Amino acid sequence: MQDLINVFIKSAFVENMVLAYFLGMCSYLAVSKTVKTAFGLGLAVIFVLFITAPVNWLLHEYLLKEGSLAFLGESFANVDLTFLKFIAFIAVIASMVQLVEMIIEKFSPALYNSLGIFLPLITVNCAILGTSLFMVQREYSLAESTSFGLGSGVGFFLAIVAIAAIREKIRYSAVPAPLRGLGIAFIITGLMGLAFMSLMGIKV
Amino acid sequence: MSEVAEKEPLLSKKNRKLLSDPLDDNNPITVQVLGICSALAVTSQLKPSIIMAICVIFVISFANLIVASIRKIMPGRIRMIVQLIIIAALVTIVDIFLKAFAFDVSKELSVFIGLIITNCIVMGRLEAFAMGNKPWPAFLDGIGNGLGYGLILIIVGGLRELFGAGTLLGFPILNADEGSFLHGIGYQHNGIMATPAAAMFIIGILIWIQRARNQKLVDIS
Repeated sequence: MQDLINVFIKSAFVENMVLAYFLGMCSYLAVSKTVKTAFGLGLAVIFVLFITAPVNWLLHEYLLKEGSLAFLGESFANVDLTFLKFIAFIAVIASMVQLVEMIIEKFSPALYNSLGIFLPLITVNCAILGTSLFMVQREYSLAESTSFGLGSGVGFFLAIVAIAAIREKIRYSAVPAPLRGLGIAFIITGLMGLAFMSLMGIKV
Repeated sequence: MSEVAEKEPLLSKKNRKLLSDPLDDNNPITVQVLGICSALAVTSQLKPSIIMAICVIFVISFANLIVASIRKIMPGRIRMIVQLIIIAALVTIVDIFLKAFAFDVSKELSVFIGLIITNCIVMGRLEAFAMGNKPWPAFLDGIGNGLGYGLILIIVGGLRELFGAGTLLGFPILNADEGSFLHGIGYQHNGIMATPAAAMFIIGILIWIQRARNQKLVDIS
């Protein structure tokens, strides 16, 4: 249990997907104009990550990893399908996003409309695929992967809500015209990244 | 494709514009805001930036070509999944190729080659251009956007390596080592340039410069 909490804290704060690895930047910059939409997208990302991480773990462990097809018989014992992991992972993610889209459309049409094109674009949010790939690379167990997925989602949620709040306020400041909007958002994110680096020394 | 060739020369003015526009006025990173993630993660040195740029140019141009060729027979409802499968297949080819011929680079780039799949630049150009155009212009659009992306990547990677480690492509230029080109000026490494946060600052400043030169890109809101 201790171990799972450690993985969670580490992925949400110390190795925050957005502010330490700078993954998931596109939707992070594009949807962070108001806190409300950022909040909705953050929740959707938490949900998608929480489901896709364990599903992809199972897929990798029982179908793709070298020797995992041994249950089919002798001749399959040495089959290594890891080169298919990109295609397999992205297919799982795309179908999960489709599911989330249908759920949100049914229960909260207002949120559905405000997220617009960015809901299907969660599929191509690098934070989601990145979580699955990091999980394989770091050889987490099933429980650790679930915790890692949830932690990464919470990390993304915190980061996007924080920058949305800053961007709502900065609209009233005297930023030079060419730097307004996108430019200043980049620089704020850089500063937030530096701030998050101070957490890196923490051993958990 | 031969049909296109009969109507207009292969590099007509319109087609040249497809190649040159994304380099400045319609740059995928600084104007369209696509493909930021990898731009930040791999640019701590010049060499991985260049390799990444080449990989992305390959993937985006061929994905554009394939999707533009089958755009009429592809059912609209499943187009996202079809596009993703095409991109994923191309990325798998790149990944295996790098593992075979440049293993240390492939190790250095780790998951970021895989993340080309979710690089919004590829998906974004497929949706915005390849779905509505003929294969040859779509191919050029892919190369143009890949080059525009690579240009930013190389600027950021070069600046970060030069000021972060004092080297370029591994050759000592600015640092204090004996035999480095400018070792006399006593430059000390700037640790911030080695962190991804520096990439954010550099791209932010590039956007500033570009928009100051080109007022019509300024974001009023």
